[in-house]
Parts: sequence; structure tokens; C-alpha cells
Amino acid sequence: MKEQLLEILEKAKNHIESTKTLNELEQFRVNYLGKKGELTVLLREMGKLSKEERPVIGKLANEVRTSIENLLEENKAVIKEKEKNARLESEVIDVTMSGKARKVGNRHPLTLVLDEIKRVFIGMGYKIAEGPEVETVYHNFDALNHPKDHPARDFSDTFYINDDILLRTQTSPVQIRVMKKTKPPIRIISPGRCFRSDEIDATHSPMFHQVEGLVIDRNITLGDLKGTLDTFAKRLFGVNTRTKFRPHYFPFTEPSGEVDVSCFKCSGEGCKICKGSGWIEILGCGMVHPEVLKECGIDPELYSGFAFGMGLDRITMLKYEIEDIRLFFENDMRFIEQF
Amino acid sequence: MLVPVSWLRNYVDIDNIPIEKLDESLVMSGSKTEAVEKVAEGVEGVVVGKITEIIQHPNADKLIITKVDVGEEVIQIVTGAKNVNVGDYIPVALVGAKLADGLKIKKGKLRGEISNGMLCSAEELGFSDNVIPKESKDGILILKDEYTLGMDIKEVLALNDYVIEFEITPNRPDCLSMIGMARETSATFDLSINYPRINIEEETEDIKDYISVEVKDPDLCRRFAGRIVKDIRIEQSPMWLQIRLMKAGVRPINNIVDITNYVMLEYGQPLHAYDLDTIVDKKIIVRRAEKDEKTTTLDGVERKLDEDVLVIANTKETIGIAGIMGGEDTEVSNNTKTIFLEAANFNKKNVRTSSRKLGLRTEASSRFEKGIDPNIPELAVDRACQLIEELGVGKVVKGKIDIYGDKLNKWNIEVRPSRINSLLGTKLSVDEITNILNRLELSVEGKGDNLLVTIPTFRQDLVKEIDIVEEVARMYGYDVIESTLPKGATWGAKTNGQIIEDYTKDTLNALGLNEITTYSFLSPKNLDLIGIPNDSFLRRSIKLLNPLGEEYSMMRTSLITNMLDVLARNYKRNVSNAFAFELGNIFIPHDIPVKTLPIEKKMLTLGMYGEDINFFSLKGVIEELLNRLGIANYDFEPEKTHLSFHPGRCANIVYGNHILGTIGEVHPDVLENFGFDNRVYIADIDFNIILQITILDRIYKPLPKYPATSRDIAIIVKEEVYSKVAEDIILKNGGSILESYTLFDVYRGKQISEGYKSMAYSLTFRAADKTLTDEEVNKVYDKILSELKSKLNAELR
Repeated sequence: MKEQLLEILEKAKNHIESTKTLNELEQFRVNYLGKKGELTVLLREMGKLSKEERPVIGKLANEVRTSIENLLEENKAVIKEKEKNARLESEVIDVTMSGKARKVGNRHPLTLVLDEIKRVFIGMGYKIAEGPEVETVYHNFDALNHPKDHPARDFSDTFYINDDILLRTQTSPVQIRVMKKTKPPIRIISPGRCFRSDEIDATHSPMFHQVEGLVIDRNITLGDLKGTLDTFAKRLFGVNTRTKFRPHYFPFTEPSGEVDVSCFKCSGEGCKICKGSGWIEILGCGMVHPEVLKECGIDPELYSGFAFGMGLDRITMLKYEIEDIRLFFENDMRFIEQF
Repeated sequence: MLVPVSWLRNYVDIDNIPIEKLDESLVMSGSKTEAVEKVAEGVEGVVVGKITEIIQHPNADKLIITKVDVGEEVIQIVTGAKNVNVGDYIPVALVGAKLADGLKIKKGKLRGEISNGMLCSAEELGFSDNVIPKESKDGILILKDEYTLGMDIKEVLALNDYVIEFEITPNRPDCLSMIGMARETSATFDLSINYPRINIEEETEDIKDYISVEVKDPDLCRRFAGRIVKDIRIEQSPMWLQIRLMKAGVRPINNIVDITNYVMLEYGQPLHAYDLDTIVDKKIIVRRAEKDEKTTTLDGVERKLDEDVLVIANTKETIGIAGIMGGEDTEVSNNTKTIFLEAANFNKKNVRTSSRKLGLRTEASSRFEKGIDPNIPELAVDRACQLIEELGVGKVVKGKIDIYGDKLNKWNIEVRPSRINSLLGTKLSVDEITNILNRLELSVEGKGDNLLVTIPTFRQDLVKEIDIVEEVARMYGYDVIESTLPKGATWGAKTNGQIIEDYTKDTLNALGLNEITTYSFLSPKNLDLIGIPNDSFLRRSIKLLNPLGEEYSMMRTSLITNMLDVLARNYKRNVSNAFAFELGNIFIPHDIPVKTLPIEKKMLTLGMYGEDINFFSLKGVIEELLNRLGIANYDFEPEKTHLSFHPGRCANIVYGNHILGTIGEVHPDVLENFGFDNRVYIADIDFNIILQITILDRIYKPLPKYPATSRDIAIIVKEEVYSKVAEDIILKNGGSILESYTLFDVYRGKQISEGYKSMAYSLTFRAADKTLTDEEVNKVYDKILSELKSKLNAELR
């Protein structure tokens, strides 16, 4: 019997080593170790052995079984590895082919830049105020200390609905509305559409966008205005941005000013965008005129404040180097998808 | 406002200030410069020459050969110029010279004749066409005076100079003059200012024997001053005067006109010269025009006037429109012997209104309408007479006309230094403030916090304390004021509505739609293009009184046409897919004609076309958007009557009693109107309602612990049965264990009778607290099936 056992072991060895697939291997396992397997069948005859032989053969039989099992395991691992390698080889793809995904849509570039501006001012404690596009002459001009004969009021400059109603030419009327109904402190920005009677060309549009800001509180100074806009410029255009405050004139602020920022394309070296000057004019500002405060029911002796305004279209054009304002309103998908 | 630096130097000693510093400092004190240009930039090697001989070119009819004395030698130059004569002094570009346009002069031959240089025009010296005198316009610049031959032309004509162009803000009309800018320069650099010394050496006779003036409307003519100058010799002005005007952007005409322009540029006061011999009865009357009165202005145009227009008249008729333009009949001509020089102060509002009404804007009117100091006219007339006398081209008659009723005196403003400091964030002392104000010729009295500042009449913009605050700020220097941040805390945030808008845009972007921005106005014709009936509320709109054109004449009552315009533009440009949305306002009038501000309502409009895009592509976008906005319980109800849409492919989105919007495939007629050959899908949603019903808050639902069981159910129903009806039945009978259902197949064709369709649903069942048994699921399934059978006459497929 001992010989028979060794013979089985020998046979199994040969068989197992020559197997190529996991299925074959499983078949061998059944053939040798299964209920009707050779080894199992042989061991049933153990009973016929003598008392002395039994433990010896028993031990041997177990050794044979373990050996076969080990062989099976080892080969299983080898075959598995081979099969995996074969699969990987057969599954090579051209990874340089382009991917597939549904394209996400884009915000309009004007919205993208406006969102950045909003983010900066919200971080500085501002809320966002909105107001009507169709406005009263009172809110758009009168309350803003615009002289009655100011040319901006002309038919040739402003769209009118009737003598008292117009399309707002600036978002400043929103400031008037906010001041009239809010007690200071006030910190708002008011973005929105504005309208002026400009024939359409590469740099003019009858509709454009402004973002204005207003701060009213006790002891607000021109220094605060400078600091605020300097901070804004650094956050919007980069920490190395420098600002230049120049005196200017607006009817609704006094003292008034304009702000240039160091060119964010060339860092002030001089380039096409800044027309070689190293500076780009981006906004107008000033201390809210006492007459405007009074008109809104705020005592100019107790409160002071500043206001500023910038052209969103212009800033967006500068930022993305867009040369024609009409692109904003044509809405070519290939244009919008660039941003 | 063009200011030659050499002219400025007459009043302020700025010799030692480099041009860059001059520019920068003036900008920082409030005089914004638009440009700083070098006069005769690039011109080199051009000298004064004198023509000594001219002969016809033997080989060319259109050329002449000149001999030109340039000091050390006489050179031969061939030229095509027609306006030169022997004895003329002219600019000569020698060999090696450079001209303003970059041309370099070389030795040469023209048709066989030697030409060693070039005679120059004013343009070649860098002047622009619009300032070159008529006589020199199409030819060589003929120098009026005699000069040392061979001298550098730039020295002779004072061309080594810069011209600064200033942007003058509307509050500072006083700066529209050399003296005004000299005052700013003097204040900026804290330098003294030297005003012109005006004196007339010799006067003859008496003005009373020449003219009398009556001002009938002193409300419109605050001051009327004038002088008579006789024995006038009209000729070209000397070169220094011509060049000065040219640098300041004014074309020289003749000495008298040039002097009036010179004084206007110097003082900002317009002057007018009348040919006295043409004034009937030697009397000037300043009065309102009569109704329908007509007059011909010196541009040769007949103008119709009315009672609101102020005119200058003689005893019979109008001879000029006050402050705007003189009359043709009284214009100074080459034969003029005696002139009346007028300098007046007219009401700015009246000049402005008349100028608009007549459609006539002149240098004078634009100055009068901004406002001029009524104390200058006398000075200006005297200054002009002085110049005439200095040039020796006329004799000044003794005495002057000066009708000045309501005299403008200096005024005071109370100023608190504490107020200045608190608004600027500075700590300026009274002395510092006084010093700054004195530089601006504002005198200061008083002490402590009670200063009294006296304002000279040329600063009519200074009326209130705040105006003085600004003066101090700009002269102290905005750049010097320390930057600080407002004290006190406020919190910044978006409103709920603004957050919902952002959320909406985020979602639509994620679903592949691009945001667009279109005009708030539209063309009424576009409403025709989308089939809007004449009586539709969409045509009740806000109309502009002065639109840019019909196509921008009404405020939009719908975003659909603009969306279609955008999609059509993309389609025409062969953009294969366009998915877009716009969130914007429409304008609904309360009343017509409009008396109050309209309702501005936010609308969300979506549009799509492209490969594999159909009704359900867009519907899916809306469903996902509403889902993200936490809006449930809405239905899509078939809408068959909307003229913009395909009657079988359009639905209203209904939420309770509200219609949230409409979605559909665009009607083929509309598609044709916009030039589409494909199918386009549009949805139009009332965002004001969305804002009210959006719920962004979420509450966690536990994840399922027990497995789900699926069952498919396929029924055959009549074609007209909407899936929604079947789904309502499924939902109603699904009990608490029906978790979800999906319509996964709709089939028509083989094995299904005509007029019927098969709808296959996959139903998912699950209980929260146990694993469902087959029996439990079957019970519900059977109920759903029997209800579908009885309610819809459905058959199980």
C-alpha cells in the first residue's frame, strides 16, 4: 500500500505540474482527493491493514494528502498569476484617445468677474444691494446732486421713458434707495445693468454693467476710502498691485477721485493693455457729498461715508484681454466656453 | 484743453521743473493730463531760408527750381510747391534733416536737376491739418517775419516745447484758460504767479462818438464791455502768435481774429469783433429775439430764433446770437477799418438752451455755458487792445463801454479745520490749511475751528465748506493721506435670493448650460417672429422715448426672443450644440402711458439645440434643477395653444395654482422666422415664484437597512394615455412599500395593435424595518396591476 501511495503522489505531481488552467486543476483535486478520488478510495482499504502497519501507512497517507494539497495550492497561485497576466495583456487600450464626459456649462465672463468682486467685498463685510433698471429721474440724478443742466441728463445721453422715468445710467440710484431705508452703518455694493445712449461699437454699448460701493458710518474718512480700495485692488488683481489716487470731480461725491492700479498684465512695466503707462484707470470714487446724505435723511454732521464705482465690462475686458465689448452680448457659445 | 508749456512759463517760473514732474504733480493736484506731446517731435536739421530765385524746371511743368539762401550758402532745391515767391522766408530741411513723419532728407536729383534739400510745410514740422493757416495749408509754411538765415527753425518758432492736454472737469471752467492752468501750477508747486501787465499806451478821441450800447435783458447779460479800435490793418499775425495758437490747437486766421482767440485762450473769456461800419445807427442793443425772427450767422446759415434766444442787434435787426456766433453782415473782413471789440458775460443756462435749440455749438458757447467770471470781460478787452497796439495794427479809442449791473463780489465760506481733518483722516494744523488755501489765492481769516475763507470770483465752484475740504485734500495730496480701513464691524453676506440665484446657475452650469447676457430691450418685431398675438399682454410694454433704433425700442417683456436670437446666431455660425440660459428681468408696466415704475420680474429662460437633443433633454434639466432647489409636487401639463411652441410638444410646469413656466419644442413657423433648419427647445420660467418656493435646507434620511425587491410591469394602453396618469395609479396603490418606479421602455410596433403602446415600468419595493416577503410584494403588485387594468383598460403585456 505504501508503494501505491507513493505512486499516487508521483502521478499527482506529474499531472498537476502539467496543468494550465484553474478548471483542470480543480478536476485533479476531485480526481485525487474527492469523495471518489484515488487517494480517498485507497484509504478506505486502510481497515485491511495490520495494527502495526496502520499508523505508519496512516501517517504516510496524510503526508501524501498534504503534499498533493500543497502542490495544488502552489500551482493554483502560479496559474492564477499567469491567467491575470494574459488578461492584462489582452486588455491594452489606447490611453491617448480623448476622454468622454458631458461638458459642464460656463458662467458668462461678466458674471465670473462680478463673482470675484462680490467675494472680495463680502469678505470685507459688505452686502449686495439691487435696484430697478427702470428708474426715476429723481433717484438717478436729482438726489445725487446732479445739476439740472448736467449734460448727462440730455436726451442724447440718457434713455427716457418719460420726463420722470428713465433707464438708469449708473447703479448709484441703488445707493440712494439703500440710504433712504437703512440706518447707518451701511456697507453695500450694488452691481447691475446700466444704460446710456451710445451707438454700438467695439468699445461702446447702450447697455453695460457697473459695480458701485457705499459705506456710511460715523468717522469714515478719505483715508478709509483709500485703504478700502487699495485692499480691494490687491485682492482682485494680486497682492503686488499698487494703487494711485488722483483727484477728480463727480457731482455726488466731494472730495472725489479716480483710482489707477498698476497694470496687472505687465506689473507696471508698460504694455499694450496699459498703453505703455504702467497704470490702468479702474474706478471713480469719493466722499459722499453732504447734500446727498441730507437728501437721504442722514445727518452729514454725524455721519460720513464714501462711494466708489467701476465698469464691470471694462475690467472684464482688461482681465481677459477682450477687445470688443459686443462679444459679451453676442453670446457665441465658443466665446463663453473659454472662461 | 491744450497748454503749451512755453505759454505757461509766461506766468509761472517752471524752468527748473522737468516735464515728467510737471505732468505728474499736476495730475496729483487734480489737473488730469490726457497726453503730453513734444512739439515738432522728430524734426531735426530744419533751418530758416530765403528764396532768392525761382525758375521753371526745364523738364517738368509742375516743378520749379529755387535758389535758397540758408546763411552760409545758397542751395538749389526743386519743389512742386505753388505758394512760394522770391523773397519768402521759409523752413528748409537741409540734407541729413529729419521731418516729423520720419522722412530723412537726402541729396537728390529731380528730373535731372539737383535738389539739395526740401522746403517744408507746417505738417512736415509736426502740426496737424486742422491748425495750419489756410495760406500755408496746401504748400510751404511761409514765415511772416524776417529771421537770421540758417537758424534752427525750432529755435526761431519756439518749437522746443511740450504741449500738455488737460481733461478739465465740468466744475472747473476757470481752468479752460492759460491763466487758470497757471494758477493751478502756481498752487501745486507753491510758486508765485505773474499776471499779464495790461496797459494801453495811447488812446485817441472818445468812444461816445463811435457807439452806444443798451442792454435790455440784464438777466441774460450780466455784463457787456467793449472798446473801439480804429485804423485797423488786417494782416497775418506775427509768427510767435500764430505758432502759439497752433500749439494750443487753434488755426490762425488774421491778426484781429487771432488776438481775440489768444485772449480767449489766455483768460477764458470769449471776445467778438464787429466791423463798426456795418453797424446801423452805431447802436448795439442786447435783447431777446422776436418770435420767428431770422438771422444769418457768420457760417452763412440762416437761423430761426424765438423769444428765449438772446441776440445782439442794431436798431433794425439782429447782428449776432449772444455768446454763440456773430452775424455774417458785421463780420470783420480784409477791408475793415474800425472794430468794436466785445467781451460780455451771458447767462450760462440761456446760452446752453439756445445753443441746443439752434443746434449750434461753438467754442464761445461751450465756454459761456460752463460759466465765466463776470469780472474778466473788461480785462480781456483791454488785453486784446494792448496786443493790437503792440502789433501796431490799430489805434485804441479812448474810453470803454461797460454795462455791469449785478456785480459779483468775493464771498466767504465758514470752514472748520476739525471738519477737514475728520473727513480726510488727517491732522492738519490751521497754519497748514491756511498755507494751502493761500496758494490757491483763497484768503483765510479767523482762528481755531472758525475760519472764514474768502473766495475770488474766478472760483465759482467754491460755495460750501465741503468744497474747501476738497481743495485742501487735493493740494495736500491724496497720495500723502494715510490709507486706513473703516473701523467697526459689519457682516457681509448674500441674501437668500442671491444664494438661490447662485445655486441655480451652479446647477445649470453643471448640467452643461452656458450663461448668456442679452440686452434689456428688444424689437417689437421680434414678438411677431415668435407668434405673439396683437392683443397679448407681452405687447403691453415700456417704450423708450429716444431709442437707438426700432430694434432697441421696448423694454423686454420676455426673454424668449433674445434667447432665440442668440441660439440662431450660434446656429448660423455652425456651432453644433448650444445649451444656454439667461437669468434676467422683464418689465411689466403698471399703467400705459407709464406713470410709475414698472414691475421688474426675474425670469429664467433656457434654450437648447444639438445632437441627440430633444424635449426630454431640456425637461430633464428642469427636473434636476427643481430637484436641487427642493421643489417637488409640480406637474408638466400638456399645453396645446401656445403659438411659439409645437402644439404637441409643449407643457406648462404647474405648481399648485401657479404656472412656474412653459417648456416646449419651438414651433416650426418660429424656427423658420429665425432661420433654423433644426429643432430647438425653449423653457421660460418665472423665477420670482422659484425664489419663493425654493427649499435649500435638507434633512437626513437614514440609509436603507433591508434589501429592496424589484418587479417589472409592462402594460398595453391606448396611445393617448399619458404616462403621468399611469404613474399616478402606480403611486397611489403602491402603499408604503413602493420605493420608486422608472419608465424604462415605451414600445410601439410588432405584437402591439395600432393605436396602442406598451409601457414598461420597473418598480422597487422596500420596507424600512424588515425584508419583504414575496407575498407582501405580490399583494401590492397585483393591486397596482388590477387598478391599471380597470382605470386605463390596460392589458398586461
